[in-house]
Amino acid sequence: MHPHKFALWLFIVSILMIFASMTSAFIVKQGDGSWLDYNLPSMFWFTTAVIITSSGLLQWGYFAAKQDQLKKLKILLAFTIVLGLVFLVGQWYSWVQLVSMDVFFVGNPGGSFIYVLTGLHAFHLISGILFLIIVLISALKNKVHSKNLVRIEMCATYWHFLGALWVYLLVFLVFYH
Amino acid sequence: MDQHIAETAGYHDEQWHSHGHQKESFVTKYIFSQDHKTIAKQFLITGMFWAVVGGALSSVFRLQLGYPDMSLEWLRPILGGWITETGQLDPEFYLAMITMHGTIMVFFVLTAGLSGTFSNFLIPLQIGARDMASGFLNMLSYWFFFASSVVMLISFFLETGPASGGWVIYPPLSALPQAMQGSQGGMTLWLVSMAIFIVSSLLGSINYITTIINLRTKGMTFTRLPLTIWAFFLTAVIGVLSFPVLFSAALLLIFDRSFGTSFYLSDIYIAGEALSHQGGSAILFQHLFWFLGHPEVYIVMLPGLGITSEIIATNSRKPIFGYRAMIGSLLAISVLSFIVWAHHMFVTGMNPFLGSIFMILTLIIAVPSAVKVFNYLATLWRANIRFTPGMLFSIGLVSFFISGGLTGIYLGNSAIDIQLHDTYFIVAHFHLVMGAASFFGMLAGVYHWFPKMFGRMMDAKLGYIHFWLTFVGVYLIFFPMHYIGIAGFPRRYYSWTNFDVFNSFTDLNIFVTIAAIAVMASQFIFLFNFFYSMFKGRVAPANPWKSNTLEWTTPIRPEHGNWPGTIPNVYRWPYDYSKPGAEDDFIPQNVPFSQTLESNFPHENDLIGLEKEEEGIVIDENETH
Repeated sequence: MHPHKFALWLFIVSILMIFASMTSAFIVKQGDGSWLDYNLPSMFWFTTAVIITSSGLLQWGYFAAKQDQLKKLKILLAFTIVLGLVFLVGQWYSWVQLVSMDVFFVGNPGGSFIYVLTGLHAFHLISGILFLIIVLISALKNKVHSKNLVRIEMCATYWHFLGALWVYLLVFLVFYH
Repeated sequence: MDQHIAETAGYHDEQWHSHGHQKESFVTKYIFSQDHKTIAKQFLITGMFWAVVGGALSSVFRLQLGYPDMSLEWLRPILGGWITETGQLDPEFYLAMITMHGTIMVFFVLTAGLSGTFSNFLIPLQIGARDMASGFLNMLSYWFFFASSVVMLISFFLETGPASGGWVIYPPLSALPQAMQGSQGGMTLWLVSMAIFIVSSLLGSINYITTIINLRTKGMTFTRLPLTIWAFFLTAVIGVLSFPVLFSAALLLIFDRSFGTSFYLSDIYIAGEALSHQGGSAILFQHLFWFLGHPEVYIVMLPGLGITSEIIATNSRKPIFGYRAMIGSLLAISVLSFIVWAHHMFVTGMNPFLGSIFMILTLIIAVPSAVKVFNYLATLWRANIRFTPGMLFSIGLVSFFISGGLTGIYLGNSAIDIQLHDTYFIVAHFHLVMGAASFFGMLAGVYHWFPKMFGRMMDAKLGYIHFWLTFVGVYLIFFPMHYIGIAGFPRRYYSWTNFDVFNSFTDLNIFVTIAAIAVMASQFIFLFNFFYSMFKGRVAPANPWKSNTLEWTTPIRPEHGNWPGTIPNVYRWPYDYSKPGAEDDFIPQNVPFSQTLESNFPHENDLIGLEKEEEGIVIDENETH
């Protein structure tokens, strides 16, 4: 395996540990009682669809790069970035929905946790978008093609991980909120 | 075919040479260097700076504990307003000093200074790699550490002082700025500094793991790795898994402190006034903190154990006893380190049943630890020991590991721990087993690998004086502390003279203080030896300890890229010392079995054919770099 890819997987493990500790803290705190009950914002379903679609587009782009269809690759990468941004905006509106349901960041930890989980995920997603932009720039310079796939492969791994992480957080929140 | 190999090899050499000579200016060679050896030295020097700061802090608060009435007026030029008008130490600053002593020693000296130095220095050299998997991230790792050091140092100069809630920064004390002075700006800087430190540590650990798994030279299988590398590898694995959890804990604490959330806070009254924080749990922080905190103990300890394995085998001129058992015990300790954290929390009112589960898991750690001790002693047993300074410090580590580990068995039992919790017994225990022991591992490593780092030898006589003063001194400090602790003397107290029970321990405290200052002073012998030998020491031979590992096959002062020619292949494990029939009492790892027919075991003769086949395989270095 390429050492940089291996390092990326280790990086992913460390991110996973942050979220594992956060969700464990969530469960431990919930077990203590005095917990705020609320419904999840409906926006979550929209953003979930967006992030899954973006993963699909990126994978399609990767296949395009593999077959040296560079024009298609550039368009797909651009669309992935746009969907990533749409996801972030959607997450912001989910916070607006939460506030309108009287669930605040400052207050009962039950409410605070959902902001921390989504916020931390959004923070990592921004890093993913930056990575996508770097790959897009090198694609525009025609540097991503069937003989030079390491970068887009790493980018795709990271982006799929961030999507899967969101799905994990959503499922977790559905069962434990 | 052979022609082709020679040409490609030559091509690489040129590439590496140009990399080593022409491109580097002073800045890229010594400051923003991507050479793992330079980065290791940067970590070492920074770690030594912090060790002096941390040691100086302990000397000052030992003065307070030993001589509570002493006038510290002479410290006013340094500490300024922290010396009260009557010439005493400010009580709040006393708390800041013990907090900073713990933070600095655990994280900056024994994590960054120890792992950062020896993982960086030894991993590429001992596995046969040109450099780390990513030299750039490695450089970032150091400079993040440097940045976190600067932030931590700045906190000393705040008017309200550095963080003071103990190195474990338990909320609510650390979460509420109105609780104490140190929980104001100092605590904020502590959290910022640690967040940067975590980034540094993760970058380093990811690099170490990637390098060990991907960049080993031909023939360097996992069962031929020196035990140092195994220890650094598992240390890095523990780091990748546990430091993110500290990050979570710190992040939630930052939100509680600066954004008004209530993750750790509930039902708090300060000065008769109820705070608005509701619904949090301070115990939650302890769970998150100790999920890092306990593995952190092994992040500190394992590198020292690895270094000791290597040095003891080399200087006993014997194979390490139980090589595989050593690896197995390292693995067992690493796994167990993640499932014992609640033994730090026996007094938090946890369910006694849960307590006994954690108690059993904790006591199981004694098994792999005892395996390691047994193997060290069995290696030393009837060995032809050469008492180099590095060897003395390694033996010292084993001694501390035993005497500190035994009290660990007491403390692992919840019934006794509840009695001894937060007394000087704990302080004595962990200073011996993880403080002094890891410190000795670090010193042993410096004495042993100094010739490789700087091309010169350290002075052995000064090393012996340094060793005996430190070794005896450490026991003189920490043995009495056990008695003080059993008597119930609580740790972290500024003053105990108001309690009649503890007045009878005044003389013991004075004794400890004198020993502590003597040990601190004797470290300057080491510092002198270190810097003097760097420039004026005797020039080192290529393999001063007659050691088997690959780093001694490099030139005396290796350039960036480590080996001028091709990287040597590895044919055997690193512990072929005093092999029966062999000409010398050591056979380096890069000597094939076909050249040592007189000492081969039958199964090793079978490997000769395999060696010949492997010779034909060419590794394209471009692929990995």
